[in-house]
Order: sequence, then structure tokens, then C-alpha cells
Amino acid sequence: MRYIPHTSEDVARLLSAIGVKNIDELFAAIPQNLRFAGELDLPAPLDEQALTRRLSGLAEQGCCRATFAGGGAYRHYIPAAIDHLLQRSEFYTAYTPYQPEISQGTLQAIFEFQTMIARLLSMEVANASMYDGASAVAEAALMARRANRCDKVLVSAGLHPQALTTLRTYTKWMDVQLVSVPLAADGRTDLAQLAALLDDKTAGVIVQSPNYLGVIENAKAVKELLAGKKTLFIQSFTEALAFGLYAPPGETGADIACGDGQSLGIPLSFGGPHLGLFATTKKLVRQMPGRVCGQTIDAAGDRAYCLTLSTREQHIRREKATSNICTNHALCALAACVYMALIGKQGLRDVAQANYAKAEYLKARLAEVGTLPFAGPTFNEFVWIPQAPADKVLAALDAEGILGGLPLAGFAAGLDNAVLTCVTEANTREEIDRYVEIVRSV
Amino acid sequence: MLKLYGPCDTPGSTGIAFCEPTLFERSTPGRVGCSLGALDVPAPAQPPAELRRAADAAWPEVSEVEAMRHFVRLSQYNYNIEDGLYPLGSCTMKYNPKINEDLCRLSGFANAHPADEHQGLLQLIYELQRDLAEIAGMDAVTCQPAAGAHGELTGMLLIRAYHEARGENHRNKVLIPDTAHGTNPASAAICNYQVVPVASNEQGILDPAAVAAACDENLAGIMITNPNTLGLFESNIEQVAKIVHEHGGLVYYDGANLNAIMGITRPGDFGADVLHYNLHKTFSTPHGGGGPGAGPVGVKKHLAPFLPAPIVVRDGDGYKLDQDRPQSIGRMRAWYGNVGVLIRAYAYIREMGAAGLRQASEMAVLNANYIRAALQDLYHLPYPVPCMHEVVFTEKDLPNEIATMDVAKRLMDYGFHPPTVYFPLVVKGALMIEPTETFEPEALDGFINALRKIHAEAQADPDLLHHAPHHAFAKRVDEVYAARNLKLTADME
Repeated sequence: MRYIPHTSEDVARLLSAIGVKNIDELFAAIPQNLRFAGELDLPAPLDEQALTRRLSGLAEQGCCRATFAGGGAYRHYIPAAIDHLLQRSEFYTAYTPYQPEISQGTLQAIFEFQTMIARLLSMEVANASMYDGASAVAEAALMARRANRCDKVLVSAGLHPQALTTLRTYTKWMDVQLVSVPLAADGRTDLAQLAALLDDKTAGVIVQSPNYLGVIENAKAVKELLAGKKTLFIQSFTEALAFGLYAPPGETGADIACGDGQSLGIPLSFGGPHLGLFATTKKLVRQMPGRVCGQTIDAAGDRAYCLTLSTREQHIRREKATSNICTNHALCALAACVYMALIGKQGLRDVAQANYAKAEYLKARLAEVGTLPFAGPTFNEFVWIPQAPADKVLAALDAEGILGGLPLAGFAAGLDNAVLTCVTEANTREEIDRYVEIVRSV
Repeated sequence: MLKLYGPCDTPGSTGIAFCEPTLFERSTPGRVGCSLGALDVPAPAQPPAELRRAADAAWPEVSEVEAMRHFVRLSQYNYNIEDGLYPLGSCTMKYNPKINEDLCRLSGFANAHPADEHQGLLQLIYELQRDLAEIAGMDAVTCQPAAGAHGELTGMLLIRAYHEARGENHRNKVLIPDTAHGTNPASAAICNYQVVPVASNEQGILDPAAVAAACDENLAGIMITNPNTLGLFESNIEQVAKIVHEHGGLVYYDGANLNAIMGITRPGDFGADVLHYNLHKTFSTPHGGGGPGAGPVGVKKHLAPFLPAPIVVRDGDGYKLDQDRPQSIGRMRAWYGNVGVLIRAYAYIREMGAAGLRQASEMAVLNANYIRAALQDLYHLPYPVPCMHEVVFTEKDLPNEIATMDVAKRLMDYGFHPPTVYFPLVVKGALMIEPTETFEPEALDGFINALRKIHAEAQADPDLLHHAPHHAFAKRVDEVYAARNLKLTADME
């Protein structure tokens, strides 16, 4: 076994140094009646070549599709340089940087990540990452409850349905009352309903923008409704690149910005690992969940970095911690850090414009073969209703190797035949035109 | 010794640069690090100005060349598993196989959108669920949880749902031994459970009588880490489980230390109702500088209806995502799990096979006991018995009142990552050492020699330890200063 160096001579030497006769003596603390008899029923071991053949065979069963599906997972251009850095053992084999003297590389990268995420979201502080957008939203609701000591949380019906179900799971036993705020006819959160549901016991309001239907919310108007109230404004998102074009949460008054950063250089990987982002204000930083890195000095007075504010965390505060999160998605945060460095200030504008322009192009063309139910502006995904049955349309696209979008049947009334379609800078004009041709042929 | 770098006032001019500037200090207006082509569709009308971003996000402006140099230099300030022993107790820092890194990056995996019912990936997840169940003796497994603590939370929610379904929602007490993992109480708290600590006995393990005394009609369950964080197997586990079950409670088994017992004993065979696996520990997936990991959860049959939806099931000759689970606790996250991590763990299990996994556990325990035997004359061993995969020493009786932290920092000067320090809390000044099976005896000897020399230094020159590390990438880092002068971004004043 190539991952275990010990020869039988090594084993004999170690046993002798320990002063036992055989390996079994080392396990004496495990009562005999609890020992597992025989061998685990696992498939026979594979050598490297056989392993590669097997996994390649599995991988090929979903390969080589043009993707027009978004809905919380986006296919974007990922500069090749990123993965070369992620594959450095110094980064990917290291543990959480609890020993800062020999972890300065990871720590400085986290500090830079926090800075760039804060700048992207226009927030004062960001943490070192969460698992994903859905769990970040759930943590935000718990944080609002903690900060305001009250239990009602208003949730826009435009929140990603998986984030909503995750939120329900996390809050079920935590005395949080989740109240849904419906969407209006333009696909945006109904502000009149929101105003009616808002009261002094409302700990937070969660609004996703772009929302699940791809529509940009009027976050400034939501913020105005919250004026003079302690209620925290929680803005969530699944498409972080939208903020290269649209106002980021901080510009529209968010107290907490949380969501998924998968679009920042992280592959789809069938839904994970992705990257939970969490940002807030200086005022609320001690209520924030998750690890955070801070700048400091070393004994020589030189600039250094270390994990800080650990008195909020589970290993110090135990059951009174701000969250139970320990392991986060550090390597995904590193990927995002490199992505943001490579894409840069101008690149963010450009990549956002490309997403917007290509989506607008397909949207205009699909208006010829279907209807666009929502008038609100969108970024890179939008809802349309084909003339033919949606399942037939999606099947026709599938037959041509195109993942055509997500069916919205069951999400909301009137959307039974609707499709959520996403176009990014990774889709060529040729692909988009082909998409329209296939739809037209159904 | 670790690499020595020059002074930091002139980066790059003296040896290898020590103080690599931040990306923001490197930024030069006009430099570009990416390759975005020209737009191949017409430029559209822009959205209304009041919805648009007002001020640019000031991401740095660096070329790809500078970005690479920046991050490669940063990487060189890290200690990593290929530098040498990384004996963090309870973290299981084993070698991360290279082939697994290649396999999870296969285009058919990495570019799979989760809305695509990818049969190959569903099969892989299904088989991993099955193999993990077999390894721990459980009946069903979910691969959704993203990390160990996420698995703990999933498991405790399952217990809560089980009691609720039986009309026993009054059960609100969870027993947590003082030798359990640090995340356990925080995970239980999110279920609104009241945490009741249980002290371990003078042998460092749970006493069935102590558990019985803490049980009453409000008992929801117990969270047991086994082997516990002292590296000791809970020999009374079967009786403890029986007592908890007799009081109507369930047994949560923290599987973070599963690396000691694969193929040797199975928690599901002696009372575990629910258990989480740390794929980033036991199954060799990389720690990534803090994640992502994966924390699948296994359950016995009576808890299976409550598992998070969706779960991967057989569907004729193929596989599908089962969303129709009316008693499910719900989702723990978006999509299905950290699939990139699941692929690595699957590949590891497929290459190791049953005999390989058992050998891994045996050699992990052998290595830990070798270190125990070689150092117990110099370092205080609070529980002088054979250990499992990790051994816990303490700072007691070190010369000149040298503290655990001083020993840890001095180890860096000898080219080793320190062990876990000051944990578990049940002993004062713990040095918790877990070598894992992937280090050869010569590497252990180097580590042992370093700790023996450090003990001599503690006697002869305690200041040498107080001021360590001397040859690391930074001098001792001031963590108090960081907390008092909070600067979490380059922009924060």
C-alpha cells in the first residue's frame, strides 16, 4: 500500500520499542465482544490505472454539455492559473492556520480575500467563508435573532428555494418565526406586503437579489421601509458577479450580506464544494459567525496575520458560540481570492457586462418564441414561458447536448410552464443561436 | 530547520522575500490578469442608473505574472504535509493522494451542473453511502453535510426529529463528556438542547454510573467521541449506550476519530444510533487550509426516515435523487454535498479496500504508541496506558515551568508542525499528538528527537523556548494585539 510506508521490519521494530508482542495488544482496550469479525464488505482494491479507468467511466456519463442552467450554480470562465495555485501542497494540504508563524501564506490570502469580498459587496467586514450560500443565509437569520433578541424574520419569496429549506432546518428549534413575503407581479418582493408584515418584533428581513427568478430587487426601497427600525436588512445572493453591474448590498443599506461566491473561480462540481460568503458592519462584527483573520504584528514588530475574534467561536464559547461552524471552505476562498486578483477592477466590470449582454440577447430572441412574464431588470438569468410545453422544450435541448435551464413548475403560481434560463460569458453566440433554433423547432 | 528568509524592508533583495506585500500594495492601474474576449453579441441598453453599482469594487490590478509570483510566495510561508510530520491531534493530518486530486478534476465531474441528473456522479455518491455505512456498521448515510460540525448538527437534528415523531418533544437534555470534541456543545445548542457535561473517570473514560446518574426522563441523547480526545477507547461504550437507550435517549457518535478503528470495530454494532464521518480526516481528503471537508452522517434504520432530502437511491438500473421524504429534517445546504470531496474519498476507499483501511488504522495506532513509549519518560502522560491513534501529554513537570505553547513554538524551529495544544480541556496544558499512518518510522524518530532536545533546552535555556520560533516564517505572532486592534480588511481603520 503506497500510502502506508511501514515494512514488516518497521512494524517489528516499533512493536519492540513499545514493548508489546503484536498489533492486537495495542487494541486491548476494545472489548473482545465489540471486535468486528472478518473483513469489511467493500469492493476489491483497485490499482491506480484501474481506479482512473473506473472514475473516468463515471465522469463521462454527464460530460460535454453546453449549460444554460443557473439557479444558484453558474458556469463561468475560470482562469487556468487558479488551479495551478490550488494544487500547491503548501496550500491544499495545510490545516486551519491556528499556528500563525508557519501559516502566514494562508492567513495573508484570507486577509486579502476578506478585503476583496468586502469591496465587492461594499461592506465593512467579511469573514473567512461559510459552507455555501444557503447555510450562510440560515446563519444570517440566527445572527439577526441574536443581535435583536427577537424572533420574527421576514423572508422574501424570491429567496432560492434551497436556501429557504436550509433556513427552515436551521431555525426549526431556535424560536425563529419565519414569515414569507410574496412577490409582486413584476417578479420583485411586494413592498406593500413587506411593510404590512414588518413590526417591532422583526429581527431581520431577508431579500435575495438577483432573486431566484433572476430579477433585481429594489433594495433601496426595502431599506427605506426599515428606516428607524432595529430590524437588520439581510441581502442574500447566489450570483456574486451581478455586483459588477448592479448596486452591491452595502450600497443599498444591508446590515448583513450573505450568499454564494461559487461564480468567483470555483467549478460547478455537481453542487459543491462552493463558497459561502458572509459580510457585515463593524458594529455587528462580534455577532458574526465563522472564522476571521486579522492583521497584527509578530515579536519582531513586523506585519503578520492571525485568526482573531475567536471568543465568538465554538472551541472557546462552547454552546454560547455565535455558530457551530469550524471547518469552513478555505480552499474555495483561496480560489476566489486568486480569481478576484486576476479578474481585477476592470475585469469585474467587463465580465458582468458580458453576462448581462448575452443574457439580454437570448432574452430578446426568446421573446420571439415565448413570453417573458416579469418586467423587472435581470442580470444573467431570467424566466421565460415557451409556447410549447416546457418539458418538451428542455428534452429537445437535452437531446442536442444542451442543459436548457431549470423548470419552475411548483415554485409559484402561474409558472407551471416556465423555465429559468441562464447565460454567462462562457456561452458563445453560436450556442445561444443554436438554443433559439432548437426551441423554435419544438 | 525551516527555510530562512531575509529581512522584509526590501522584498526580494535579500534571499527569498519574507514580507510579500499585499495584493493592494502591488496593484498598478492598467494591469490586467485575465483574458476576456470581445463581446460577440450587441451591446444592450443599460439597466436604470439607480439600480447600478455606484463605485467600482477596488479589486487589485495585477498581471497574471505578478499574481502567480504573489501567491507562490505566500504558499512558501506555509508549513504543509509534504514538509514533514503534521501531528495535530484529532485532525488526522494524513497524506493526500495525488491521483485523487486529478480524479475530482475530471471535466465530467468538475463541470457537472447540479441540475443535470448525472448518472455517474449519482452512482458514485450511492456507492460511497453504501461503503461508509459498511465501515461504521450503519444502515443509511447522507452525504449532504459539508464538514464535521455540520454533520454533528445534522445528527442532533435527526435525534430531535425522532423524539418529536414519537411525541417525546420534552426530551431536551444532551449529555456531553468532557473528552468530547469542542464543536459538540455548539451543535447541540442549535437544536435548543440543554448541554449536560459528564466528567470522565480517573482512567480518562466514561463511567457507566456517571452516565446513569445524569440520565432522566428528559434525556434526548449523548454525544460520544470514541476514541475520545484523550486518544482512549471508551471501553464501557456498550454499557453506556445501553443505559442511554434504557432512558429513551439516543447515542450520537462523533466519528472524527474513526481513523483508529476501521475494520477493527464498528460503532453501529455496539449502540451508535447516528454517527458522522470526517472525510477530510479518516478518508484522506485534503484539509485545504481550513476546508472544504465533508461530514456525511450515518444512521440506524429507525432514524433513516428523518435523513435530509434529497438522498441518492437506486432507480431501476440507474440512480435518482429521492426528494419525497415527508419525515425529513429538511436540507442542510444547497444541492447534494461537497461532491468534489466525496469523489476523493470514494477514490481513496476504492484504492485501499477493506484490508488497506484496516492496515491504516493499525499503523496509525502503532505510530501513536511508538511516540508515547519514546517520550513518556520526559513528558507527563496523564493516562499511562496504550493509546489509540493519538497520545496526549501535558506540560506538568516541564523544567523551569515551560508551557505547552513554548514547546509547540520551539518544535517549528526543528522543522515540525506542533501538535494540537491546550485541548482536550480535561487535562491542563495538553500536547495532543496524532502522527497518522502515513509517516514512516524515521519521520517519527526525528520528531521524537526534537521533543527530547527541547526538553533538554527547557532545562538549560528556557528563554530559547519562550522566544521561539526563531527560524519560522514569522516570529511569535501577537494574537492579543490582533484582537485589540481589529483590522480585518486592508481598508479597515
